[in-house]
Amino acid sequence: MIIAERKPFEEIKAMVAPYNRILILGCGTCVTVDFSGGEKQVGILASELRMARKLEGRPIETVEFTVQRQCEWEFIDPIADIVKGVDAVLSMACGVGVQAMAERYPDKVILPALNTKFMGMPIEAGVFVERCAGCGNCILALTGGICPIARCSKSLLNGPCGGSQNGKCEVNPDIDCAWHLIYDKLKAQGRLDALLEIMEPKDWRPAGGAGPRKIVREEVRLETLDV
Amino acid sequence: MPNFEPIIVAFTCHYCAYAAADLAGVMRLQYPPNIRIIKIPCTGKVDIRHILLAFEKGADGVFVAGCRIGDCHFEDGNIKATRRVKYAKKLLDEVGIGGERLEMFYMSSAEGRRLAEVAAEMTERIKKLGPNPLRNGKQSNDSRFADS
Repeated sequence: MIIAERKPFEEIKAMVAPYNRILILGCGTCVTVDFSGGEKQVGILASELRMARKLEGRPIETVEFTVQRQCEWEFIDPIADIVKGVDAVLSMACGVGVQAMAERYPDKVILPALNTKFMGMPIEAGVFVERCAGCGNCILALTGGICPIARCSKSLLNGPCGGSQNGKCEVNPDIDCAWHLIYDKLKAQGRLDALLEIMEPKDWRPAGGAGPRKIVREEVRLETLDV
Repeated sequence: MPNFEPIIVAFTCHYCAYAAADLAGVMRLQYPPNIRIIKIPCTGKVDIRHILLAFEKGADGVFVAGCRIGDCHFEDGNIKATRRVKYAKKLLDEVGIGGERLEMFYMSSAEGRRLAEVAAEMTERIKKLGPNPLRNGKQSNDSRFADS
């Protein structure tokens, strides 16, 4: 899922300073599961903003709403009436959701309440870690299901480097050395010979190196066929 | 402010603090009448939104009272509440209400005296801090304090 984190309150407060009636729009998918932008977080932020602005002597009116997904037209189209009635929208979605709102409602000021961080998962309640870098050409079959692109600080393809010590990365002792994990995993599976193959320099074009990425699936498109 | 009588909302767990409050009554213990008790099934049910809403509606202080650590009827509800209270304190500081108006306490259902102490301690603390700044220095119009 997409892991995000709420922006500092002061920054959010400054962003909405010019407005008196705002929609705080949550997203019911990734950011609900990672506790950054779901219905509860919308309620908390709305309450905080109302109190802070009342203390400043210029109250703000908040409309709270959460859609199932902010990154799909079908979920954000039905809230047109709500959007129409506010000065600005404070989106608690990831960057994709914020941009979807900005594209669908071009006349409205859409503001981000979150910083989108990475693609990852919770390894325990409240602890989220990065697991995929979206490089566009998955090599997990070769690396024992452990991604060196996302989990090695240098994204090495033929690791580990000299900074790997006792299974930890030199960048930060909290980081497991991905290549140490890969070695242990392949050894346990009796597949160490997989490491004999040297990986060639990676083509970074599918990772975004050739510009913004796009996928067209002809079998699911709905446009009229030319037959 | 002289004669300031704060309103303090207490979220109390059904299994401990609420029963302790009941016991305090049975024991005829005196404690400040500033406490407004809300019974909850477990402090783990207390949402940060509930705490913020209490302040938004004008409470001068809030405390959450749950079972002693290790004694939660639902294993870890009081631990969850402890973490949420800590986070909510930070939010209240950011907003300008002040995190010291919020506190978490632990007690067993046999500790009626402890509940009375906590009520007195919080009342004293909030009296020193003054009214919730959202109320512009105005005291609650709660009729129970009409003569104070």
